[in-house]
Amino acid sequence: MLRVALSRLGTAVPSLIGVVVVTFLLTRVLPGDTATYFAGPVASAEAIAQIRAQLGLDQTLPVQFGRYVADLARGDLGTSLGTGQPVLHEIATRLPASAELTLSGLLLAALAAVPLGILAALRQGSWVDHLCRVVTTAGVSLPVFFTGLLAVYVFYFLLGWAPSPVGRLDAFATAPPAVTNFLLIDSLLAGDTETFLAALSQIALPALTLALFALAPLARITRASMLAALDSEFIRTARASGLNRRTIVLTYAFRNAMLPVVTTLGMVFSFLLGANVLVEKVFAWPGIGSYAVEALIASDFAPVQGFVLTMAVLYIALNLAIDLLYGLIDPRAKEG
Amino acid sequence: MPENPALALPRPSAAGNLLRHARYVLAGNPVTAFSFLLLLFLLGCALLGPSLVPHDPQASNALRALQAPSAQHLFGTDQLGRDILSRVVVATRLDLGIAFFSVALVFAVGGLAGVAAGFFGGWTDRIVGRLADTIMAFPLFVLAMGVVAALGNTVTNIVIATAVVNFPLYARIARGEALVRRNAGYVQAARLTGNGELRILLTTILPNILPIMAVQMSLTMGYAILNAAGLSFIGLGVRPPTPEWGIMVAEGASFIVSGEWWVALFPGLALMLAVFCFNLLGDGLRDIVDPQRRT
Repeated sequence: MLRVALSRLGTAVPSLIGVVVVTFLLTRVLPGDTATYFAGPVASAEAIAQIRAQLGLDQTLPVQFGRYVADLARGDLGTSLGTGQPVLHEIATRLPASAELTLSGLLLAALAAVPLGILAALRQGSWVDHLCRVVTTAGVSLPVFFTGLLAVYVFYFLLGWAPSPVGRLDAFATAPPAVTNFLLIDSLLAGDTETFLAALSQIALPALTLALFALAPLARITRASMLAALDSEFIRTARASGLNRRTIVLTYAFRNAMLPVVTTLGMVFSFLLGANVLVEKVFAWPGIGSYAVEALIASDFAPVQGFVLTMAVLYIALNLAIDLLYGLIDPRAKEG
Repeated sequence: MPENPALALPRPSAAGNLLRHARYVLAGNPVTAFSFLLLLFLLGCALLGPSLVPHDPQASNALRALQAPSAQHLFGTDQLGRDILSRVVVATRLDLGIAFFSVALVFAVGGLAGVAAGFFGGWTDRIVGRLADTIMAFPLFVLAMGVVAALGNTVTNIVIATAVVNFPLYARIARGEALVRRNAGYVQAARLTGNGELRILLTTILPNILPIMAVQMSLTMGYAILNAAGLSFIGLGVRPPTPEWGIMVAEGASFIVSGEWWVALFPGLALMLAVFCFNLLGDGLRDIVDPQRRT
């Protein structure tokens, strides 16, 4: 198992190199002269030249790339022009908020999509099947920021069930002592039900918005692969051997149908990380997405670069985890 | 199937066959027929919209700001008193235009690269494959944000960014299709009659792949519209006061919490309708062009 894990780790290395090269190249195609931009509009020619030397922009491209990689290795992602803070620090403090939101969305989506897809496959043409079709069609057609706004209008303005869509915790609640920096988990660890409920009510709408978006591909693939599995010969054999329906569906069909679902999970996560940016903007969520958006609007490039890099690394790490999970679900993949 | 009446008839031309098949599919699939009508409606809005709308989409009127939908302003007015119906209709051209040009761009670049990779194999294949893998290593919307940030905050760069993130999909599909055809009978026949490899690629392989790629264009149009609207929602590309759906939803976002729902709702619905239309159309087109992949 360890050897398999190591070889999977090996396959992630080219992706990682590609990501570092692309994020490096993205800065080099910046229109205009970076040094002039850093120096500000009133800088003299000497000042610009000095900044250029300071930033290493007078070096050749390979040398600059070497410096970039060396900086990355030291955990230096540059400094934000807007806040004057190191980018790594800002991203590290904001990442838990984004992670909590994205993972809650993914969890909700998986919890709803898998049973929905299975039921739709088991009862083709029933109301569950139609519901599945409606939800999957809506999920791929609705822009995620629009769903979020609709949710705010209905649940905050009309019904008053949700709190004002600003941030992770309302101003009157006190944040629990930081352990994991996931407010939901930290408040439970501290035994603070009031804060837990406050955090839950804040995260409910954005997480549901993300979940609806992620639900569609997951439910669709669950239904399709469940149908394929139920139609296969080993299920026919299992039926002929007189196994009960429950065993056939859950043990035989479900386990085999899970493989494409887990693969799709990786793709869904890619979409979620993108959608997360939009949802964070709608709900003023203090995560790395809204940080990157603010920086983008201000043409503050270092945070954007750090953000793109962080997201890509997270995504690669998740794909790696999925690869390993694959080995656990499918014994055949262990040898591969 | 007990009997096939087509066998008894003289063999019709390929184009006639496709047309008949399209009519057959449309008759049996009203949803696809509906999506064709929806497409015509959207195209009508895009082409004729600016000359049909009841009000000037840019004309502001502080006295009429934030009015709910009424007979005079069917979709209401926004915070500057501009008519939302007119703005939503006029925005169709820009939104569809961005999506169309980005899809056309990736169709040309990604499609050609993929065909070359599948047909030539070897290092061409490795370079294209590596490029596609690298793009796929990023969450796509995040990469699009990065590309726009790097190239500059303009509409053209939104088009380019949307094309870049779709590149792997097109390259892979074209590669797969070229791979199964590289040694097909008609390709060997073309080779035997003395055609060069590049000529075979362009005149024999490419036309055979076009229908499948065209389906892909329709399927990705929906995604391209969403992607571009998402980028302009976070403030990239299109600048106000230009009417564009994503930016109009963003402008309406601040009024949702105070109950002025119509500012964000109608551009959002337009966006949804357009994406919905292209998704349905893509599924329907696939049934017509590529019956084996019907789901």
